[in-house]
Amino acid sequence: MMPDLGKYADAVLSAYAVSLLLLAAIIVISIWRAKAIKRQLAEVEARSAPSPASSSDKSVDT
Amino acid sequence: MIALLRRDLALSIRAGGGFGLGLAFFLILCVLVPFGVGPMPALLASIAPGILWVGALLAALLSLDRIFQLDFEDGTLEVLATAPLPLEGVALTKALAHWITTGLPLTMVAAPLGLLLNLPVEAVPALVLGLALGTPALSVIGAFAAALTVGLKRGGLLISLLVLPLYMPTLLYGADAARRGASGLDPSTPLLLLAGISAASVALIPFAAAAALRMNLR
Amino acid sequence: MSIWKYANPMQFMRSTEWLLPIFAYAAAACLVTGLVWGFFFTPDDFRQGSTVKIIYLHVPSALMAINAWFMMLLASLIWLIRRHHVSALAARAAAPVGLAMTVIALFTGAIWGEPMWGTYWAWDPRLTSFLILFLFYLGYIALWQAIETQDTAADLTSILCLVGSVFAVLSRYAVNFWNQGLHQGTSVPVATGGRSVADVFFVPLVISMIGFGLLFVALVLLRTRTEIRHRRLRALLARERAAQ
Repeated sequence: MMPDLGKYADAVLSAYAVSLLLLAAIIVISIWRAKAIKRQLAEVEARSAPSPASSSDKSVDT
Repeated sequence: MIALLRRDLALSIRAGGGFGLGLAFFLILCVLVPFGVGPMPALLASIAPGILWVGALLAALLSLDRIFQLDFEDGTLEVLATAPLPLEGVALTKALAHWITTGLPLTMVAAPLGLLLNLPVEAVPALVLGLALGTPALSVIGAFAAALTVGLKRGGLLISLLVLPLYMPTLLYGADAARRGASGLDPSTPLLLLAGISAASVALIPFAAAAALRMNLR
Repeated sequence: MSIWKYANPMQFMRSTEWLLPIFAYAAAACLVTGLVWGFFFTPDDFRQGSTVKIIYLHVPSALMAINAWFMMLLASLIWLIRRHHVSALAARAAAPVGLAMTVIALFTGAIWGEPMWGTYWAWDPRLTSFLILFLFYLGYIALWQAIETQDTAADLTSILCLVGSVFAVLSRYAVNFWNQGLHQGTSVPVATGGRSVADVFFVPLVISMIGFGLLFVALVLLRTRTEIRHRRLRALLARERAAQ
């Protein structure tokens, strides 16, 4: 399954490992922050605009 | 504009003004490096141009956060912004004051300090000319970075980070010119490019710096 | 019906609500296809052996690192001229993604270079330019963090992006000049790009590049949405504090 990388196996594998790790990191961090801010905003909006006539369609989902 | 220049120069020469700071730092660096790398003449000779340029850069960096800070804090900057002199002129003048108190002295002592680092004699003209041409760029670019961070309390570290990549072209060409001089090659291409960068910076960066000042004063 | 309607935060949020998943899935599809194909199903290069497989990571990330900066430049200009907050926030959102791309490019470049040059860091012009780009990204992000007033921060970082762009281009030439003595004529692996690469490598490379591009868009859309929400959050919190 794994191709024969020969003598460069370390280099190729570490390159892929580092890259995938960094990609995962920026993706995970971005999603995590998005969820956190969305939640905090919902909390504050619930506090400040309890009336049903609230014009806030800013709590758009996702 | 002359009045502003004279005022800034006077302020910096007074105690606490930081006039000698850059020079002292430069001297310390040139004394410490041989101790650090070992007294090997050939090695020192080959790194001398680079060390001198890096030293000039760092010494210029030291006093950057003062360029606008004091005036910002006591409200003088706002007064200057509304004065008949355009803010671009203010930025340029302050950069000039910085250069007179930092870049110019550095250029003058670079050759003697080069002795400590075993700088080959052939390199001196290229080095000194390079510093003379390049340090104005360092001052005016530094003024831009200072203008960006003028509202901040501890702007010094951020200024260093901002200004570092902006200094790269000047450093690369300047050190290259000095190295070419050291090996007997013709340094005119990097020197010309250096002059070009400085000229363009002096002409255009004050506009960016003034814009940044206006943004911070709003 | 022009693109400017997306300058309205609400319109932006509504449109990206369905756009974002599309880009995210497309990005995943292309990335997986490109990388799996490139890693498992391409031959080794005659000269570089299996390290040629690093191309599927290095070239796309390097490309995106630069494109991200261009996008930030454009967004900064739009902010300075038209004062659309979405634009300023999009620039802010893009910076960490660009930074990540730059770091990936640096690491993969160094790792790829080691078997070829014998050292991890040989001050090759291209890699050095990316190091400088890395510093530009750091400074930009740091400036955003440092300034309290958000509109002022947007202004200042926009100017920084502008001036930085000019110097980034200058640095590119300066670095080439500085290093030309050592590596002139050497075919640095980086330089192959998509042009002189054989067909068998080319297709997965292009797919990978598209994947990275789509990923960038998806992440920027996501992060801009977050920034818009964050801005509203700050406004509401400030109002709460003022009311107390």
